[in-house]
Amino acid sequence: MTAAELAAALERKEVSATEVTRAHLDRIAAVDDRVHAFLHVAADSALEQAAAVDAKRHNGEPLSPLAGVPVAVKDVFATKGLPTTCGSRILEGWHPPYDATITTRLKQAGAIILGKTNMDEFAMGSSTENSAYGTSRNPWDLDKIPGGSSGGSSAAVAAYEAPLAIGTDTGGSIRQPAAVCGIVGTKPTYGGSSRYGVVAFASSLDTPGPFGRTVLDAALLHEAMSGHDPCDSTSIDAPVPPVVAAAREADVSGMRIGVVTELSGEGYQPGVMARFAESVELLESLGAKVTEVSCPHFRYALPAYYLIAPSECSSNLARFDAMRYGLRVGDDGTRDAEEVMALTREQGFGAEVKRRIILGAYALSSGYYDAYYGKAQQVRTLIIRDFDAAFGQVDVLVSPSTPTTAFRIGERADDPMAMYLADLCTIPSDLAGNAAISVPCGLADEDGLPVGLQVMAPAMADDRLYRVAAAAEAALTGRWGRPLLAEAKGLPGEGDRA
Amino acid sequence: MTMETLVPYLEAMERYEPVIGLETHVELGTRTKMFCACTTTFGAEPNSQVCPVCLGLPGSLPVVNRAAIEYTIRIGLALNCQIASWCRFARKNYFYPDMPKNFQISQYDEPLCTDGYLDVDVDGRTIRVGIERVHLEEDTGKSLHVGGATGRIHGAEYSLVDYNRAGIPLVEIVTKPITGTGADAPVAARLYVTELRDLLRSLHVSDVRMEEGSLRCDVNTSLAPHGASQWGTRTETKNVNSLRSVERAVAFEIERQAAVLDAGGRVIQETRHFHEDTSTTTSGRSKEEAQDYRYFPEPDLVPVAPPAAWVEQIRAALPEAPAARRARLMVDWNLSSLDMDAIVNAGALDLVEATVAAGASPADARKWWLGELSRHAHDTGTELAALAITPAQVARIAALVAAGTLNDRLARDVIDAVLAGEGDPDEIVEARGLAVVSDDTALLAAIDEAIAANPAVVAKIRDGKTAAAGVLVGAVMKATRGKADAARVRELILERLS
Repeated sequence: MTAAELAAALERKEVSATEVTRAHLDRIAAVDDRVHAFLHVAADSALEQAAAVDAKRHNGEPLSPLAGVPVAVKDVFATKGLPTTCGSRILEGWHPPYDATITTRLKQAGAIILGKTNMDEFAMGSSTENSAYGTSRNPWDLDKIPGGSSGGSSAAVAAYEAPLAIGTDTGGSIRQPAAVCGIVGTKPTYGGSSRYGVVAFASSLDTPGPFGRTVLDAALLHEAMSGHDPCDSTSIDAPVPPVVAAAREADVSGMRIGVVTELSGEGYQPGVMARFAESVELLESLGAKVTEVSCPHFRYALPAYYLIAPSECSSNLARFDAMRYGLRVGDDGTRDAEEVMALTREQGFGAEVKRRIILGAYALSSGYYDAYYGKAQQVRTLIIRDFDAAFGQVDVLVSPSTPTTAFRIGERADDPMAMYLADLCTIPSDLAGNAAISVPCGLADEDGLPVGLQVMAPAMADDRLYRVAAAAEAALTGRWGRPLLAEAKGLPGEGDRA
Repeated sequence: MTMETLVPYLEAMERYEPVIGLETHVELGTRTKMFCACTTTFGAEPNSQVCPVCLGLPGSLPVVNRAAIEYTIRIGLALNCQIASWCRFARKNYFYPDMPKNFQISQYDEPLCTDGYLDVDVDGRTIRVGIERVHLEEDTGKSLHVGGATGRIHGAEYSLVDYNRAGIPLVEIVTKPITGTGADAPVAARLYVTELRDLLRSLHVSDVRMEEGSLRCDVNTSLAPHGASQWGTRTETKNVNSLRSVERAVAFEIERQAAVLDAGGRVIQETRHFHEDTSTTTSGRSKEEAQDYRYFPEPDLVPVAPPAAWVEQIRAALPEAPAARRARLMVDWNLSSLDMDAIVNAGALDLVEATVAAGASPADARKWWLGELSRHAHDTGTELAALAITPAQVARIAALVAAGTLNDRLARDVIDAVLAGEGDPDEIVEARGLAVVSDDTALLAAIDEAIAANPAVVAKIRDGKTAAAGVLVGAVMKATRGKADAARVRELILERLS
């Protein structure tokens, strides 16, 4: 069942929120030892929330569309009463005393928070291999990565442990895991969804967004979690774009679609490019007008990103110093505060986090700032101009979501550069702060693993993403005869749950 | 600690020319903190005025306090500065246990106010102190180092941190180098801070209490031989927390640096700590090992762009500058600058002005506030303005004296009664029957009694020695328990005996 179908069944009282929640908790109990999507399963509080929704429905109180529908929450969102580790040892045991704005909104909408999902430490990575608590598995092939950093969320949705999940996208951390797990994931416009209570990796890039198994499901969650938040100064004070309506309309006739020249070529898996090309033809056959568009500065996006994001992270992660919360190492009465800070950070952070802190501290340091951080910001401006020029010609841009399908666990773990390339297609939208979605568009011939189609739209035109993605989804599903996820073979013996 | 070699001040002045500069931090008196809604009351229970934002909890985000921006603009305009039409906050990165985020949100190369001045009167000479910049930042928490001899972190057994102060808006006012003051440099430094303090007080932006740390000074001093083409190397003396200390810190640095230069040495560019008890400075960290703060624009905040119309509105509402006001009142009240200084130093200017406005003569208002009332304030350890008597009440007492209803002694009794909360002067006069006995028949009886009892004195007076009448006046005053008008009594006695 999709989240939309679940919501409808709940509203018709064919099923209770408690039953739905129990079914998902049962599913988690059955498969999560293999998938390892969750760091913390909040069974008790989930059932309490479900009972509260059931009581409200019984009393005829007005309920939001997602009331009673379970959601898995990436462990980067502050959740009052539940642990929040960001996949790091340094926050082991921390229970935030407050809820993120999005956590609050989900609770107010009656969505059931099933638990906290695994992630690369502080959202730095593309595979969950950087989590301090083990790697999540791709339900299509348990030896493959589920993507990252929001890999726990994508794996949970793909493994039917949750109908919906939320994640954050800083360089592709929603779209890349969605693509490699064969589900839908959206990076909303920066400022369209609140960052308050989202533990910061790179403040000018971090964007919370939804995962679903269908485009409509993602749209429903997108609408529920988004909107202006006075607690986040960078939040946009404007109505949420009509994403649910757009997903329902699924009409691309007359739309101008641009294929980005620079997001193809060397390093792109042939099977990925084949599925992408078919999708573009399909959209054209549905009435869209397809042209090729050049964004010449996209080739500099990856290096610019790997200066800006580490610079911001080197500052954002300075607060983890053992003084107020989280891990404290070496406080045995013989060491001063500075030594305790250093020891805690040495032991509490993993290798990738340290790499980026050092990279960022270097890029910001006096004498190097102009050449690194300053230059990267200039590149960022050029990328924004590329997008502006492109959106002067077309309504949306498209590309593959990732250059390759899911890779084997361990395959790139010792090669940061290879790992960074997983975000090649997704990073430009993050740097520009506009909106993008990944929607499944088939399986690569080489490995039978899912391929994602990325659609990019101007800031606050998130509805266009859903219009295009829903049209592609409908046409492709029609061609396949059933949802793509039905092909997932990673959890043998589980049967066809779609 | 080795004793510093010093050159006597006047001797140092024979050979060297000082250049000084001041950085003043002012805690703004906004109701809430810089980036959150916590209150700012001084002296509250430690860590009782904190929230996720000012504690820098993971995920929390700052939102700018509009009142703090307005106060800073007010200060900038009063200091004749340019107000930026667009500027950003920046992060200043360094680790310290009382810094919740291990970075301070401050301003770096884009301060809100730049390029102003403040005129300071030094011994009748006006010195125009250039203002380099006025910028806004957040205060840090406060560490209490327990154990150890120095009260500093090194050598302490343990430290406690109070985060109530963390996030209180702090304005930093930086002067341009102040040259040409010669031997007056220490006095000029003190008078600049005094003038600045009075200005800030008149703007109602801060309570500017140096003893509570709401106004703190760093003092830069350098020396160069007379006629040198270049300035000397400066030191920055921190922890200078009273007006007197500002003067002493500059004087000490002049004496110390002169000794270094006399010996052919080189002044080290360094931070020095001022010690209130000995009026000396000691070496802190030198600039060579200074931190690289890795400033970069604060990505969690949007730029500040105060509309020109708002700035003009603030400018139009600025109160009269203290110097202009003093000059005006000196003329209006016919006071010498010494008299005016006495009023200002007693913190009585507002009170005297209000008392004059309530009808008292300037001389009377000054007499009561600087005399009897200052004594009360001193005896009870309160500030003049905090006494339980209003300017209107003081004016009324002065009027009763002028009308002859009260004499000075009775007026003092009325003041005591007002301070004791017995009501308004007229009520007290009525209730206590304190009015001067003005009924001549009642007085004449007492006079006749005094004449009869002092035949020798009467004889002297009749001989023309009218000064002897004092004895009779004293007797009458005693008989009427001070309620008589002594001048009238004297008049009546002389009439009687003529």
